[in-house]
Amino acid sequence: MSVTMTVNGTTITRSVEPRTLLVHFLRDEAGLTGTHVGCDTSQCGACTVLLNGDAVKSCTVLAVQANGAEVVTIEGLEQEVLHPVQQGFWEKHGLQCGFCTPGAMLTASYLLSTNPHPSETDIRDALDGLLCRCTGYETIVRSVQRAQEIMDERQTEERETKIG
Amino acid sequence: MADVIGSALKRHEDVRLIRGKGQYTDDIKLPGMLYAGIVRSPHAHARLVKVDVSRALKMPGVVAAFTGADLKDEVGFIPTAWIPPDSDMKMPPHPALAVDMVRYQGDGVAVVIAQTPAQARDGVDAVEVEYESLPAVTNPFAAAQEGAPLVHEDIAGNVAFHWKVGGDVEEIFNRAEVVVRQEFRQQRLVPNAMEPRSAVAQWNPATEELTLWATTQNPHIHRLLMSGILGIPEHKLRVVAIDVGGAFGSKISCYPDEIIVSWAARRLNRPVKWTETRTENFTVTSHGRDHVQEVALAGTKDGHIEAIRVKTYANLGAYLSTAAPGVPTILFGLIVNGAYAIPEASAEVYGMLTHTTPVDAYRGAGRPEATFLVERMVDLYAHAINKDPLEVRNINLIPAEAFPYTNPFGLQYDSGNYQGALAKALEIVDYAAFRREQENLRQQGKYIGIGFSTYVEMCGLGPSEVAGAVGFQGGLWESATVRVHPTGKVTVFTGASPHGQGEETTFAQIVAQELGVPPEDIEVVHGDTSKIAMGWGTYGSRTTVVGGAAIHLADQKVIAKARKIAAHKLEVGEDDVEFEQGIFSVKGLPARAVTFQEAALDAYLAWSLPAGMEPALEGTAFYNPENFTYPFGTHIAIVSVDPDTGDVELMRYVAVDDVGVVINPMLVEGQIHGGLVQGIGQALYEGVEYDTNGQLMTGSFLDYAMPKARFFPKFETAHTTTPSPHNPLGVKGVGETGAIASTPAVVNAVMDALAPFGIQDLPMPLTPRKVWQAIASKGGHMHVHDAI
Repeated sequence: MSVTMTVNGTTITRSVEPRTLLVHFLRDEAGLTGTHVGCDTSQCGACTVLLNGDAVKSCTVLAVQANGAEVVTIEGLEQEVLHPVQQGFWEKHGLQCGFCTPGAMLTASYLLSTNPHPSETDIRDALDGLLCRCTGYETIVRSVQRAQEIMDERQTEERETKIG
Repeated sequence: MADVIGSALKRHEDVRLIRGKGQYTDDIKLPGMLYAGIVRSPHAHARLVKVDVSRALKMPGVVAAFTGADLKDEVGFIPTAWIPPDSDMKMPPHPALAVDMVRYQGDGVAVVIAQTPAQARDGVDAVEVEYESLPAVTNPFAAAQEGAPLVHEDIAGNVAFHWKVGGDVEEIFNRAEVVVRQEFRQQRLVPNAMEPRSAVAQWNPATEELTLWATTQNPHIHRLLMSGILGIPEHKLRVVAIDVGGAFGSKISCYPDEIIVSWAARRLNRPVKWTETRTENFTVTSHGRDHVQEVALAGTKDGHIEAIRVKTYANLGAYLSTAAPGVPTILFGLIVNGAYAIPEASAEVYGMLTHTTPVDAYRGAGRPEATFLVERMVDLYAHAINKDPLEVRNINLIPAEAFPYTNPFGLQYDSGNYQGALAKALEIVDYAAFRREQENLRQQGKYIGIGFSTYVEMCGLGPSEVAGAVGFQGGLWESATVRVHPTGKVTVFTGASPHGQGEETTFAQIVAQELGVPPEDIEVVHGDTSKIAMGWGTYGSRTTVVGGAAIHLADQKVIAKARKIAAHKLEVGEDDVEFEQGIFSVKGLPARAVTFQEAALDAYLAWSLPAGMEPALEGTAFYNPENFTYPFGTHIAIVSVDPDTGDVELMRYVAVDDVGVVINPMLVEGQIHGGLVQGIGQALYEGVEYDTNGQLMTGSFLDYAMPKARFFPKFETAHTTTPSPHNPLGVKGVGETGAIASTPAVVNAVMDALAPFGIQDLPMPLTPRKVWQAIASKGGHMHVHDAI
C-alpha cells in the first residue's frame, strides 16, 4: 500500500505492507532510528511521537493510519537551537542510557503544549505511559520543569525583542 | 580553571542522545542484511520429538532455517565464566539451540532467517515442532527435594554446586540468650533494561573476520567466550557495543542468540540481525535474585549480635549463565554480616537448577540478597529483645576506628564511618518526632512506619588475584590508554563499557583535571574490541573505581613524559618543573612556561626531544586494584499503610550514601535515584511468578509491575565522604548502592507500620492484596471488620 506522510517537515511516500506499524515505517522507511521499540504491548512509551500534534505510541498506530498526517519524531524537535525539552533533559540529567528518552521528551513536549505550567503531580501523571529503568524519574520531572522555565524565558525574550 | 573533578558537568553523551542520534545495535542496517527469528519452546520442560523447518523454508522471503542438529557439530556449548572453588560444581552443557530437550520456556529450538523481520517472524510461526511435555520445577527449594523433576539427567538433585563459607557457629547458637529465625523469599526479578537485546553479525570472507555488534556490558568477555564457542580465533573476532540502552547485569552474559547470528552470518556470508521482542526479553534474558533463605541470628538480651547463619537455595535457572555461580556465593555469602561487627558468621549455598530462565547478575548481584536479610534480621532481633531498631544498630555497627575492618569471612572493609552517615540521616529525619506522630496516628487508626537500612556493600570488582581465588575465569583489572594528539586534543580508550552511567563525561573530567585540558577537548572511546586492547567491562560498580583509576595511571605516564619534554625545552632539570592546570613552568619563575599542548606538539614533531626519547605522547596503564571498595550509608524509608486497602504509600525516602570521592555529583545522584527505584520496586511491586508447569505468568509489562513516576515522592539524598584509601582517586563506586540499600529500608518501614497488628514479616513484593490479607488474618482493622 502507498502511504504518504510528512515527517519532521519532509513529505515521504513509501509502499508498505498493510501491517507495517508507524514505528517501523519511521525507523525502516524514513531511516529515523531515534524512535525506539521497547516493548510489544504498548506500555513502555519509548516509541512515542507526535501525530498531528498529539503524543501517540507509534507501535500502536499502523503506518496507513498515519497517511496524510504530520509526524514529529525526536529528530524533528530541534529548530536551530535545542528544543526547551532537549535543553531541560540535558541540564537536569533527565536521561542515562537514552533509550526511553525520545519517548520521554516527546511526551514532555506534548504535556507542555497542552499544559504550559504543570504541577509536579501533573508531570508524574503525564509520565504514566512511560517506563524508564535508569533515572528513577525524578530527574525527568526536573527536566520537564526546567523545560517549562526555558519556554517561559524564550517567550519573554521574544516579547522583549519585539518591543525593542 | 576550577576543579573539574567534583563538578556537575553536563553529559557529553547527551549531545547525541537528546537528538535521537544514539547508535543502538538495532539501529544498524548493513547492505544485504538478513533478519533472524528464533523458534522458542512454549514448554518449560519437554522432549523434542520433531523440529521440522521445511514449511518455513517455503515461506516468502525466508532464506534459511536451522535447528540444533545443524549447529551441534560446529558450535560449542556456552560455558559459565564462574566456578566457585570447593563447591563440586557441575556445568551442564548449554547448546545455543536445543538438540533433544528443552529446559525452560523460551529455550531456542530453531532459527529462521529471512529478508525482513516480519518475514522472519512469519517463518518462525511456520516451523513445526512436536514436544513431549514433562513435569517441571521452578522453585529452588522444591528442586532440592527428593523426587523433583531433574533439569539435567546427570546432575543429581538439581544441585549445580554446594558452597560453604565461615566458621562453626553452632556452639554460639546453642548457648545464645536470644535466637531469631526467619525464612526469606528473595523473589525473582526481571532486569528489564528498556532496550531489548540485539545482535548484528557480519562475516568478512576476505579477512576471515567476524564482527558482532551486540548489546553487551563487556565486549572483550564476549569475544573471549565466543572464540571458544565458535572456533574463531580471538584476533579474528571483533565485538562492538556502541550505545547500549541499559543493562543492570542482564547484558553481561554471552547468550545463545548472539552465537546463533554469528554462526549464521558466516554460514550464509550475509550480515544477520536479531532483535528480541519484550516478550523474549521476559522469557530468555537473564533474571535476577530468586533465593529461598533460612536465616538465624544469635545475640544477647541487651542487643549484641553474636552470630549469623545463612542457608540459601539460590535459583540458577536451567543453565549456568556467564556470571551466575558467582552471584549467590562470593558476592552474597561473604558479606551477610553487613555493616555490623558480628564476630561469627556462616553461609551455605545450594546452587539449584530449575526449569526457568537462567538467573544472573541484576543490579547489586548478591549484595541486595545479603543486605536484605541482615537488615531485616536486625529489625526482627530488635523486636525480639524489645529494643528500638536504631539502638540495636548503634550497638552493633562497626566503629569508625575499626577500619580497615576484617569481617568474619576475611573481607577487609577498606574505610568507613557508618555512624557518621547515620547521624547525617538523622539530621534529615527527626526520629523522636516521627515516633510521637506515629503513636498519635495509631490512636486515630492510621498506620505509618519507619525503616532503616544501615548498609555496606563490596564493589569495584576487583583484585584479579581474588577473582582467581574465588573462581572467576578472568581478571578484573582494567585498561586505559590516554592518547594525546599533536594539537593537544585527547582520546581516551577504556576497557570499561558504560551503557548509561555517563563515563564519557566522568572519565573526561578525570583527564581534564589531571592534564589541565578542557573537557570538550577529550573524547572517550569504549565498547569496541578493535580499538581497545583489552578490558573487562562495566558491572559490579567497577567502572569509575577500576577503569577510572587506570585512566589516572595513564595520565601520570603522559604527564611524566610531557614534563621531560617541557624541562628540555625550558632548559632546566625535570625536578625544577612544576605542572599545574595544564602548564609546565620553572619553579619560582612562572613566566618561563610551556603549555601541555606545546609539549604535545613537540612530542609529535620530535625535532628536539631529550636524548633517547621516543616520539609521540600517550600513556597506557593497566590497573589491578588491591582490594574491593566498600560504599556504605544509611537509608530511611517512611511509609503509610492503608489498613482498608493494604496500599502502601512511600511518604519520604532519605538516602545518605558514602561512595568516597565524587567525580560528578549530578551523575552520582542519578545513579542513586535509579537504584532506589529498582530496590523499592522489589520491595513493593515487582516479582516473577511461574505456574506449576513452569509457564511464566508475569511475561509482559501488563503482568509485571514496573515502577512508574507517580509511585514516588521526591527523594532526599545526602552524602558523607570517606575516600577509599587504596584507590588512587579515592572513589568507591555508586552504581548499585540504591538498589542494595533500599529494599530492606522499605520492608522494615512497612513492618514497623504493621507492628500493631502483630505482623512481623511478609514476603515481597508487598502488594496491597498481600498486606490487606495479612491485616485481615490478624483480626483486621476495625473498618475492615465492620465491613465484613
